[in-house]
Amino acid sequence: MNATAMDLLIWARGTGFSLALAIALFGLTLRVFEILSLGRKHDFAPAREDSPGSGLRTVFSRSLPLPGMAQKSPITYFGGYVFHVGLLLVIVFFVPHIEAIRAVIGLSWPGLPTAVIDMVSVATLLALVAVLFDRRRNKVKRMLSGFGDYFAWGITFLPMVTGYLAFHHLVLDYTLMLAIHILSVELLLIALPFTKLTHVVTLFLARWYNGDWFGRRGIAS
Amino acid sequence: MNTVETLGEILRRRGVSRRGFMKYCATTASLMALPPAMAETIAARLEKASRPSVIWLSFQECTGCTESMTRSHTPTLEGLILETVSLDYHHTLQAASGEGAEQAREQAMTANAGKYLLVVDGSIPMGDPGYSTIAGMSNVDMLLDAAKNAAAVIAVGSCAAFGGIPKAAPNPTGAVAVSSLVKDKPVINVPGCPPIPVVITGVLAHFLTFGGLPELDHLGRPRVFYGESIHDRCYRRPFYDRGLFAETFDDEGARKGWCLFKLGCKGPVTYNACATTKWNQGTSFPIQSGHGCIGCSEPDFWDLGGFYQALSMPTQKLGKVAGAAIAGGTIAGIAMAAHNRSMKASAKQSHERVSTDELEKGE
Repeated sequence: MNATAMDLLIWARGTGFSLALAIALFGLTLRVFEILSLGRKHDFAPAREDSPGSGLRTVFSRSLPLPGMAQKSPITYFGGYVFHVGLLLVIVFFVPHIEAIRAVIGLSWPGLPTAVIDMVSVATLLALVAVLFDRRRNKVKRMLSGFGDYFAWGITFLPMVTGYLAFHHLVLDYTLMLAIHILSVELLLIALPFTKLTHVVTLFLARWYNGDWFGRRGIAS
Repeated sequence: MNTVETLGEILRRRGVSRRGFMKYCATTASLMALPPAMAETIAARLEKASRPSVIWLSFQECTGCTESMTRSHTPTLEGLILETVSLDYHHTLQAASGEGAEQAREQAMTANAGKYLLVVDGSIPMGDPGYSTIAGMSNVDMLLDAAKNAAAVIAVGSCAAFGGIPKAAPNPTGAVAVSSLVKDKPVINVPGCPPIPVVITGVLAHFLTFGGLPELDHLGRPRVFYGESIHDRCYRRPFYDRGLFAETFDDEGARKGWCLFKLGCKGPVTYNACATTKWNQGTSFPIQSGHGCIGCSEPDFWDLGGFYQALSMPTQKLGKVAGAAIAGGTIAGIAMAAHNRSMKASAKQSHERVSTDELEKGE
């Protein structure tokens, strides 16, 4: 008998997932080590003023647009908010995802009803399409965009769209679509440390560092 | 055996009323998703159908499929319909044994060449023919011999349809499905561990009525019975959608009949009629009795992780893999750090100092 969708699903949930997780953890540890070990030159200048908490504050404050920027680039800001928050909600509050996370880290929490997840998914998918469209339409953004940007968009979009199609039994048989969905998540995990998507981890380090550094120098952060 | 008497005659002789017979035909029509008017066609065809010869071969199996089918027996009509096929060989049910039994099979194959239905339950060992033999004949030889002149082959149960438990990793006997050996004949897969009795008889009724095979899905299963997933037709589905789940088999959620997804229910990837047709004459089905679906009508369901592990969970133990990956990443990170530092140091060393005087001279 030929390989079936079930065979693919069994591989994706078994060997495939273990491989992807191993590569992701290996890569992320390597990257964080590499960044931290680079170090910085000693700052001989005394701190301009004492500003405790500027590192932690910046982690959050950098998520807010500078005055006037949201009006200037609404698609970047609102599209960006919608797809980031949407991704977070869908990944962290859809019950099958919580079960998968529980199997990995042993923690779980209550999920959201599927109707809510469904609406959030549609909003996320639309926002992702909108930011891609904006990236192509805007001359400056188009010039700044390279392969890595489109690749990162693609591997983020793929798990979202396959998850949505699987849930609604669209295009392909559910079992096959579920297997493809899990495989696409594994692709995302593998690419995580080696693309700009590493920001899911380094974002906190970078913002904290900048905030703290600006604090020392008396710059608004 | 007499193959001239028609089904209608036999049923009347057995005291089945016209009303009872029509009720069966209407049920079959609705089961097979046919328009109500088809009930009369089914009745007319079944009335005239002569008893087809059925040869039932049992290979690497547990007799659960036969058990299931006999449970559709008294007093249901499905049972009668089944009795009224001419079951010429079935080594669990037939009275004959030894040479006599094998002769019955050979006689039926010769007398009904090209017309008999071949039903198979159990998988076929290809690793060593000695793993399973009947009257000194290997399973694969008996299957190919019997399939040669069959009108159609029905693989009953997940073992015959997909290899089933004998094929579960690491498949010690080299078990294969019927469809991987019989290539020149139509093979209908009727999987399940065991299949629902009415699904087995429904497929037979379809063959008798229309003289052909029902519409099959990509796994060779009749669409009418295997067209929708258990999850989509489950009466507990609203709880899944509302996010209400039983966490253990004896918590409040379990008592209230909430969704069993977290307890390992494989309903979302299982295509079967359990949620609609149900078992024991429509009494219940596993989920209704409080246990998740184990996915028994799907290929390789034994290898789908634990029965009590949620479908979305990874199936392998990740602790060691994760630990090794982080340790490897740390070592690689330290090596990378050392490399970067030595690059930095050598860049610093090879850096030549230039004074402003030298620069001015150079100009």
